[in-house]
Amino acid sequence: MTAFEDILRPTPKGLYCPPGDFFIDPVVPVDRAVVTHGHADHARSGHASVLATPETLAIMAARYGDGFAASRQEIALRDKIKINGVSVTLLPAGHVLGSAQAMVEFDGKRIIASGDYKRRRDLTCEAFEPVTCDVFITEATFALPVFRHPDDRSEIQKLLKSVEQFPERTHLVGAYALGKAQRVISLIREAGYDAPIFIHGAMHKLCDLYVDFGVDLGALSPATLKNKSGEKQKFAGKIIVAPPSAFADKWARRFADPLACFASGWMRIRARARQRGVELPLILSDHADWDELITTVQDIQPQELWITHGREDALLRWAELNGIKARPLSLVGYEDEND
Amino acid sequence: MHAFAQLLERLVYTPQRNGKIHLLKDYFTTTDDPDRGLALAAITRDLAINSVKPAMLRELISERLDPILFEYSYDYVGDLAETISLSWPSKPGANAPPALHEVIDALSTAGKSEARRLIEHWLDAMDASERWALLKLITGGLRIGVSARLAKTALASFGEKDVNEIEEIWHGLEPPYTELFAWLDGTGKKPATDLPGMFRPVMLAHPVDDNAAPDFTPKTHLAEWKWDGIRIQAASEGNTRRLYSRTGDDIATAFPDIIEAMDLAAVIDGELLIYDPKSSPFKVQPFSELQKRLNRKTVSKKLLESHPAFIRVYDLLHYDGQDLRRNTFAERRAVLETMFKDHSFRRFDLSPLVSFKSTDHLNSLRAQPPQDAIEGVMIKKKSAPYVPGRPKGEWWKWKRDPFVIDAVLMYAQRGHGKRSSFYSDFTFGVWNEEQTLVPVGKAYFGFSDEELKDLDKFVRNNTTDRYGPVRQVQANREVGLVLEVAFEGLNASTRHKSGVAMRFPRISRIRWDKPTAEADILETLKAMLPKMSADSK
Repeated sequence: MTAFEDILRPTPKGLYCPPGDFFIDPVVPVDRAVVTHGHADHARSGHASVLATPETLAIMAARYGDGFAASRQEIALRDKIKINGVSVTLLPAGHVLGSAQAMVEFDGKRIIASGDYKRRRDLTCEAFEPVTCDVFITEATFALPVFRHPDDRSEIQKLLKSVEQFPERTHLVGAYALGKAQRVISLIREAGYDAPIFIHGAMHKLCDLYVDFGVDLGALSPATLKNKSGEKQKFAGKIIVAPPSAFADKWARRFADPLACFASGWMRIRARARQRGVELPLILSDHADWDELITTVQDIQPQELWITHGREDALLRWAELNGIKARPLSLVGYEDEND
Repeated sequence: MHAFAQLLERLVYTPQRNGKIHLLKDYFTTTDDPDRGLALAAITRDLAINSVKPAMLRELISERLDPILFEYSYDYVGDLAETISLSWPSKPGANAPPALHEVIDALSTAGKSEARRLIEHWLDAMDASERWALLKLITGGLRIGVSARLAKTALASFGEKDVNEIEEIWHGLEPPYTELFAWLDGTGKKPATDLPGMFRPVMLAHPVDDNAAPDFTPKTHLAEWKWDGIRIQAASEGNTRRLYSRTGDDIATAFPDIIEAMDLAAVIDGELLIYDPKSSPFKVQPFSELQKRLNRKTVSKKLLESHPAFIRVYDLLHYDGQDLRRNTFAERRAVLETMFKDHSFRRFDLSPLVSFKSTDHLNSLRAQPPQDAIEGVMIKKKSAPYVPGRPKGEWWKWKRDPFVIDAVLMYAQRGHGKRSSFYSDFTFGVWNEEQTLVPVGKAYFGFSDEELKDLDKFVRNNTTDRYGPVRQVQANREVGLVLEVAFEGLNASTRHKSGVAMRFPRISRIRWDKPTAEADILETLKAMLPKMSADSK
């Protein structure tokens, strides 16, 4: 009888499937990779062949250029293909555009590697689909009871209220270029704000890509100004979305009295927000919070729960209390800071 | 409670004064009585509330969350109230969260077990921000960086009044300040101001510009030493005795020795100082000795004996039932001199006049004061009435030159707001005996916008390490940047590795030209420490 470990196992290069001879989200170049989503720590360039959703492949091409892999294979969500006799299906993960869980079936056993996921609504990607399986491999980025993300609409209201309260200042919203930025923009639009939103140069490509895939982001303008005096005031009262790294950059100097906002699940912790010098923390995450992690495990009811990157200890403890067999995988190379 | 919690969330992250004022003003506009007044009192820590022990909160959370999961959480967050507020499991269908006044009312009458039951229900009904506000409020841990003065400024801005008007009536008011808000709303009359012992907003001096000093003559002006203590106002009227800081904060509880000795019917303006009990009374000790008695709610008997306080009096606002503020300074001074001639006081003495001939003479006096405890001279127009605020051309302060050292830039941190993309907070050090750098201070002003750009560029190009928002820069005997640092004084400090702490350090010049090895040594700095009177240490 085939053990679960013979179907999928942690290795220094990433999760490996020996019978199928492929890796899921490998952290170094390999022959055959299945990539769950486009974030840089999961989707690296230089593999010989990559299997992923059309959206993820498009994101990789936008980030790394067309030569990111020698060959690529598109697979639509929920379609099943065989790799060396192992069935692989990608299921929606609700994390970012094109994100997927990788379902691996072999010898009557089913393992789902969820990649990164969340359970709450997100107009920029398809919602997570829970499917029963023997082994569920979950992320643990926010696996502590202190992480209970608030309602995303109330977080966006905080931003819009502040824009109203401080019309003389420029609201600079830090958000990771892939996923978070577009989700923030989409939420702002959903709240009825229809003025142009200004974006940092590093975000153009990915925002265009989202729009090409049918996500409505409204009017976007580049956050640039002509080299003239008085131009600084142009952005007073405006919302600008930029990668968090741009805040420390000279780039941020072009704005009138910037008010630093940061959209991230980490903003729940006050010390974190303060350490970053954030003035308006927006608790918006693309990862499952504590309640979502638990609900997901309860929905899926796997025989075994495997836990990867993040805070494994608390989730292991919870599984123990609830009589669920669980183990940490201790995979390396995934940065849980990217939220 | 929701609006209060949201206000706190914004205030704790808002560094700028104007931003805080704006947020408070908006809150006062949109919140009803009595909540806005209670919130004000909570923020300025003037709210009496039956506090709750952390042990009780731990007990509550242990009934809701596995203790090991709680420990993981607490270990990660590091703050008890925050950990509980975040990890408290939400309870769908719980009651509506209470208003701030409901919380305060209910707790004021509840016994211990009743309080416990109430808190548990409230936690169920609240969101994480509200829970945090509640827990900080009831554990007495609400520290959000809003001083009483800032709160009053926000009130003034909200009611379109002068902040001095608020200061004048403040001490007759109590939470929830309904009368005050009615006046500020324009629906009620100004609360009464003729209370005995009320605070009178203080008169402030303009600094003298060394290059454009006004013409001072003994005919028109009086001069005094500028003593290095803290400005206070002592009021003794009827049975009321009060001691205020210059911003109107009541600091009486920290100075029972002054209150006890206030046997005069007057409101005086003066400098609070410390003398050495083993030497003669009124012999001033360095500022660092006074600091040991500041910012305390209570003071031990031992400290009262080792660090007795006194007031060096330089003005008289009210005497024997009469308001003297409209009188000229010369007239007030005359009354003051009579007062001290007729009577000797244990803890009050008269600030002596400094005789001078001319502006030039004053310039040399202020440059070389005869004692460490003197910071310069004060020059006051004889004809000046006592006017709150900083009226032009009446009072002047002329400080001695600052101390100056050459230090080496060691670390830089990004600023806030406008400066959030600039490395604008600089930590600098001097050489110790082993020829390594010891940090001696931190400064974030003194340079122009242009110079800041250059400093920022230097930091970015010479970074050797990063810790969060802080960068370490190249600094050794061969390479690095020398900063000329000016400061007002130096205190001995056990909390700093260098053993010294600077007062008001700022960067006075950037020495692009100076080799780091020629920067100052720690011994030079230590020699600048004020001398204590011989036997007091």
